[in-house]
Amino acid sequence: MNLRTPLSDEVRDLRAGDRVTLSGIVYTARDEAHERMRKEGIPFNPRGAAVYHCGPVVAGDRILAAGPTTSARLNAFTGFLLDAGVRAIIGKGGMSPAVGELLRGRAVYLAFTGGCAVLAASRMRLRGVEFADLGMAEAVWVIELDRLPLVVGMDAHGGDLFAQVGEKAKEQFQRLSNTLGKEPA
Amino acid sequence: MMRDPADPAVFEAIVRATRDALAEAEVRLPPDVIAALERARSRERNPVARGELDQILANVALAADLKAPLCQDTGVPIVYVTLPSDLPYTLHLHRAIAEGVRRASREVPLRPNVVDPLTRKNTGDNTGPGIPVIHVRPGNELRITVLPKGAGAENVSRIGMLLPTEAGTIPRFVAETVLLAGGRPCPPVILGVGIGGTFDSAAALAKEALLLPVDTMDDFEQQLCDAVNTLGIGPMGLGGDTTALAVKVRTAACHTASLPVAVNVQCWAARRAGRVVEVPP
Repeated sequence: MNLRTPLSDEVRDLRAGDRVTLSGIVYTARDEAHERMRKEGIPFNPRGAAVYHCGPVVAGDRILAAGPTTSARLNAFTGFLLDAGVRAIIGKGGMSPAVGELLRGRAVYLAFTGGCAVLAASRMRLRGVEFADLGMAEAVWVIELDRLPLVVGMDAHGGDLFAQVGEKAKEQFQRLSNTLGKEPA
Repeated sequence: MMRDPADPAVFEAIVRATRDALAEAEVRLPPDVIAALERARSRERNPVARGELDQILANVALAADLKAPLCQDTGVPIVYVTLPSDLPYTLHLHRAIAEGVRRASREVPLRPNVVDPLTRKNTGDNTGPGIPVIHVRPGNELRITVLPKGAGAENVSRIGMLLPTEAGTIPRFVAETVLLAGGRPCPPVILGVGIGGTFDSAAALAKEALLLPVDTMDDFEQQLCDAVNTLGIGPMGLGGDTTALAVKVRTAACHTASLPVAVNVQCWAARRAGRVVEVPP
């Protein structure tokens, strides 16, 4: 499916494991931007917006590299964005079950391949910046996407590909434990 | 005439070698790592995982074409130096390497990643007290090898002070490290494992193991790699056959009452490059 921001109820049609593309404006935000937004307000219209966990390399008006950062660091700072109307979080590695609950009925978590910074940049045009004083990695960059390829990691119905994979990995680890040596006393 | 890193021509040669090594490492993945990614892609059975590996390989090719950093997390610089016996080891060597890092940061360019640990104030040029991390040892030539290390994988690395009788549990400790990390370190990962030494040197050994080529593994390394891959975490934690591309082990002697084991996790963007410094006569 090809998605375009601003997003609406179409995000509820998505299921964990689906491959999609996303076009339109997204806003980057990492740790310090989240903290600033919570204290001082969101510097863009959050309704239907997509927030990208990313600290890009920017040179002048060009984005050189813009892969995702680890989303789990922002687990505790995501509720206020979803409450304000954000419909998609883009990042890598997935987020907590608590965030999964916050997504219910209204938003999705989209995974972009970690480290694929140049591939991402090749689908981007820089449109602006907020909180520039936070520095290149932490500022909120306004970016227009052209069909960025993503995987639905967590859907709006409790589906969580990362959690499913994690559960299976845990079972497998228990099974392996005997051949891998006993737990240190 | 004594050759000395304090000599401006020698200093500049070290700056340039560091800059060039870092610039190459950031845009071009070593051939053995690319080959390991391609092999993993050809074996992978999970369609989502295949898609992730395709994107990684496309990104690697695009970065080399555009001479752009592979990943926006251009890392913090770890620098390994071999110093020949006719060059004195002075502060100027460290200063020249730091200057090379600054130059690469401006010219590649690299994202400024280095901050004060408590105030979190960014130094702006990827250097600071203790950064670049520099390891110097004797050698036949003045060689600068850089390993820029991103934070996602570094943050899930672990060290265990095992009991001397627990050598059999090392595979479990390694697999558990990957289990706890899940998708956070940008799998498929390469694991550097340091066994022995002391609390600090085991971690340094684990990182040095990441300098080894990944196209061969001995039986123990293969056993560790297979164990990790049965977890099924897959590229980016989205599931699949490919969780680790390789495991590399380095060992050192240790105290009879100790068994330090360190696992340094490396994302698929296993960047490393070296330059021999052509020291002017």
